[in-house]
Amino acid sequence: MEHIVIIGNGISGVTLARHIRKNSNKKITIVSAETEYFFSRTALMYVYMGHMKFEHTQPYESWFWEKNKINLKKGYVKKVDSSNKQIIFSNDEYISYDKLVLATGSKPTKFGWPGQDLEGVMGMYHKQDLENLEKYAPNNQVCKRAVIVGGGLIGIELAEMLHSRKIPVTFLVRESSFWNGVLPAMESEMINKHIQNNQIDLRLNCNLKEIKSDAKGFVKSVIIEETGEEIECNIVGLTTGVSPNIDFIKNSTIETNKGVLVNRFLETNSKDIYAIGDCAEQRQAIGNRRAIEAVWYTGRMMGETLAQTICKNKIEYKPGNWFNSAKFFDIEYQTYGWVFPEKNSPSYEKHFQWKHQDNTKCITIAYHKDSLLFLGINTFGIRMRHEVFDKWLSEKRTIDYVIEYLADANFDPEFYSLYEKDITSKFNQENGKSIHSRKKSWKRIFTKA
Amino acid sequence: MKILKHIGLVLFLIGLSIFTGVLFTGSFNLSSTELTSYVSNKGYKSELILNNLKKAVVTNEELSILEFSSRVREAYKDSNDHYDALINKFNEEKDWDKKGEQYQYKIYGKPHTLSFELAKIAGKGYAKELPGTLWLLTFGLGILGALLFILPNLFLLGKAGIKNNGIYLESSTNRGFIAWLVLVYLVLFYLVLYFMPDYVVNWTYILDPISKSLNGGLASQWFVYGFLYCIIMLVMATRMYIKYRHNKYQLIRTTSVLFFQIVFAFLIPEIMTSLNMPGYDFKNAFPLDYDFFFDWNLNSLLNSGGIGIFILVWGIILTLIIVPVMVYFFGKRWYCSWVCGCGGLAETLGDPYRQHSDKSLNAWKLERWLIHFVLLFSLVMTLVTLYTYFTGTDSLLGINSQWIKDTYSFLIGAWFAGVIGTGFYPIFGNRVWCRFGCPLAAYLGFVQRFKSRFRITTNGGQCISCGNCSTYCEQGIDVRAYAQKGENIVRSSCVGCGICSAVCPRGVLKLENGPENGRINPTDILLGNDVNLMELINNK
Repeated sequence: MEHIVIIGNGISGVTLARHIRKNSNKKITIVSAETEYFFSRTALMYVYMGHMKFEHTQPYESWFWEKNKINLKKGYVKKVDSSNKQIIFSNDEYISYDKLVLATGSKPTKFGWPGQDLEGVMGMYHKQDLENLEKYAPNNQVCKRAVIVGGGLIGIELAEMLHSRKIPVTFLVRESSFWNGVLPAMESEMINKHIQNNQIDLRLNCNLKEIKSDAKGFVKSVIIEETGEEIECNIVGLTTGVSPNIDFIKNSTIETNKGVLVNRFLETNSKDIYAIGDCAEQRQAIGNRRAIEAVWYTGRMMGETLAQTICKNKIEYKPGNWFNSAKFFDIEYQTYGWVFPEKNSPSYEKHFQWKHQDNTKCITIAYHKDSLLFLGINTFGIRMRHEVFDKWLSEKRTIDYVIEYLADANFDPEFYSLYEKDITSKFNQENGKSIHSRKKSWKRIFTKA
Repeated sequence: MKILKHIGLVLFLIGLSIFTGVLFTGSFNLSSTELTSYVSNKGYKSELILNNLKKAVVTNEELSILEFSSRVREAYKDSNDHYDALINKFNEEKDWDKKGEQYQYKIYGKPHTLSFELAKIAGKGYAKELPGTLWLLTFGLGILGALLFILPNLFLLGKAGIKNNGIYLESSTNRGFIAWLVLVYLVLFYLVLYFMPDYVVNWTYILDPISKSLNGGLASQWFVYGFLYCIIMLVMATRMYIKYRHNKYQLIRTTSVLFFQIVFAFLIPEIMTSLNMPGYDFKNAFPLDYDFFFDWNLNSLLNSGGIGIFILVWGIILTLIIVPVMVYFFGKRWYCSWVCGCGGLAETLGDPYRQHSDKSLNAWKLERWLIHFVLLFSLVMTLVTLYTYFTGTDSLLGINSQWIKDTYSFLIGAWFAGVIGTGFYPIFGNRVWCRFGCPLAAYLGFVQRFKSRFRITTNGGQCISCGNCSTYCEQGIDVRAYAQKGENIVRSSCVGCGICSAVCPRGVLKLENGPENGRINPTDILLGNDVNLMELINNK
């Protein structure tokens, strides 16, 4: 029986294992150094916030693994020996494999700041980070102030976490506005306001210079590069992005760049070794996607895809229309297709934007300025239907069509206020059109593309 | 704000202490005339019971309710024992006539009920003499304190949005010491209410004025329960209104359960009683309303003229037509989380405990066995009851009608629905009864699962498996197991409370009523991946 060994029990590795099991009888072993069972990394924040217990983040009950004959092995892999087809653990134990899949995810990136390894400096990625946070910032007596460095999705989540325990937070963001490398200016500005409304001390255009230590080696304060200001704090969250967690194969024959280099079949240069999820790097980025896609959904898709290849149905990783989601404190965000911020959008991309006066809801629809082709949508505070936008993107609809049928895409709970009319009239006004917003139609929603 | 909250908590606890303490106040004794008139009203033929009771409670002693109750029950037992002995004796002597004569002297009904009725006449003390003052000190302080505790949340919780912060960090909502205390209090409350009503006779005095103004009569323990139920729901609904103020579905739904409890379950039956009609809760559908087809109810309805017949016909139409048709269009939520009284309490008082429902596969298995067993039990009981009602016999297929009715009322009606159903809120979640026991829920569940437009739609591939939906599902449905597969949630037990959708951080879940076609949509490959792969695998 062929032995498939998967290093990493995150969403990529586990999805892969499940799908291999659906399609075959192969022996499957999942290796992890972090936890015994698969858990949802994106949910760690809710454990600290007290919404859930850690076991609630585990999508499968513990009997699931035995029932599906998926072996779980806890241990830290220090080396891959591809010539003997073995992986070697830190305690020199080893396992032989027929096919090896690297699904080791990411680790927080550090930029070599002075003091970055002090007690009380942490990322927010691993379960161990959560334990550290609980240790150094259990409440606002122990942790009088926290400083977060890096204005991305993890940074804002960490801010929300600490805020839930009433710990004052200073949030250092390098950019001139939160996440404006991804979000158009209006949206980014709206989120800035929302962050500040939650009593977060948001510092834009601010870089970290160094972290200072007290006599015992604990964090005492941080110094800001631009102003030299010193901010006293008890913990520092470094959330300046993540990078592939692949140090253990740096000296092997497996070819790497920032991540493990893979072709479209998710194969590495080394025979019978594959890489999926955050740690994989496409030799050539696919469409508008990044070469390394550190996103929950893409990890899952790579797992779904590679399972086919391993089960003798070799197919390319060919993801469909881009989508993503996040939540910024109380504002939910979804995106379908591609919307670029003004400063780095392609020259043909034009935006239609609408914002509610309460500053918690807005949408940006990107379209082609000549053909009016619908390119993508960012939606804040209004839930939208994935299937509908996926269909419109595949059908290459125009923005006029999207505006006209926008009600089909609404996914807010029943009785919520609807804004399609408002949105349509703004669009008409700006573009000299007279589109009538159509009522929601089940028939249209259910017609497959 | 925090100080206000603390003051509220203290006031509430004082109110609760007085409410509990008042039960032990007052003195109980009867005059000879009061007793004689009661006994003759009751039509007791036994001289013995009259004499026994005279000896026991016609006294100048100031008896506590506990002493009073124990004496009355002793008298009751002594009288019945006496005639039972005679029955045995004549039985052995084969003196059938004399044996037959003795039965008329026996007293039926529960000893605690006799004691309650006598105590209601016999009581003296603060509760009886100063009901207004005591109302303010118990209900008044309780309501004021609870509101002072709840209202500051408007500011303390922060901006509108899901704020489950700290739920698993606090004793009261994380099965800690406080939760167990609340459980013990609730369980004791139900035990006393159901089985020892005489012990709570002082509560009824406090509400006598309100009862009189509503239905013209004195308050019974059931009036106390109904009134308390409404008050608790009102207070805890304000908590819901604040907590979910960003979510219109929750606001409207909460208003709906409040309305049906206060108007349909409480006011209308009271007003009907005052008009000499049978008090009826028009929304309480059989088989949740398990005694609807009991002989005493049928007789009472048939003897109440036009309104009685109307209620009888309405009750049958409600169960056979209205309930399933509404479930077809809207799912069982229209009943369970919009109308039902049990659901109403669960969604208000029970909301802080919704996360405690067991999500394991084993719990789901147990649920299916138990709830369908109760449904079967209620149907068998009703069949036997109706058969014996129309034929005038005692039993059907060896099942004694009185026995099965008593057994059901005791085990299911009192223990399962009340003591366990509500008493266990703080530890086992707020829908223990609705999930494991309610026969109506089982019936609605069949319709919802097999013939309904309702589903919780999963939004394509957007699920991140975080688990908030499963954690906060009061019915113990592992919502995530469906959502992370991109599959709609179609489950017989879903009561459509809408909280999974509310707590989802990524906008993945939406309760909706749509075409039946495509409602159940198991998928292997989620939306967003290679279109060809999705087609290949999902259509295999």
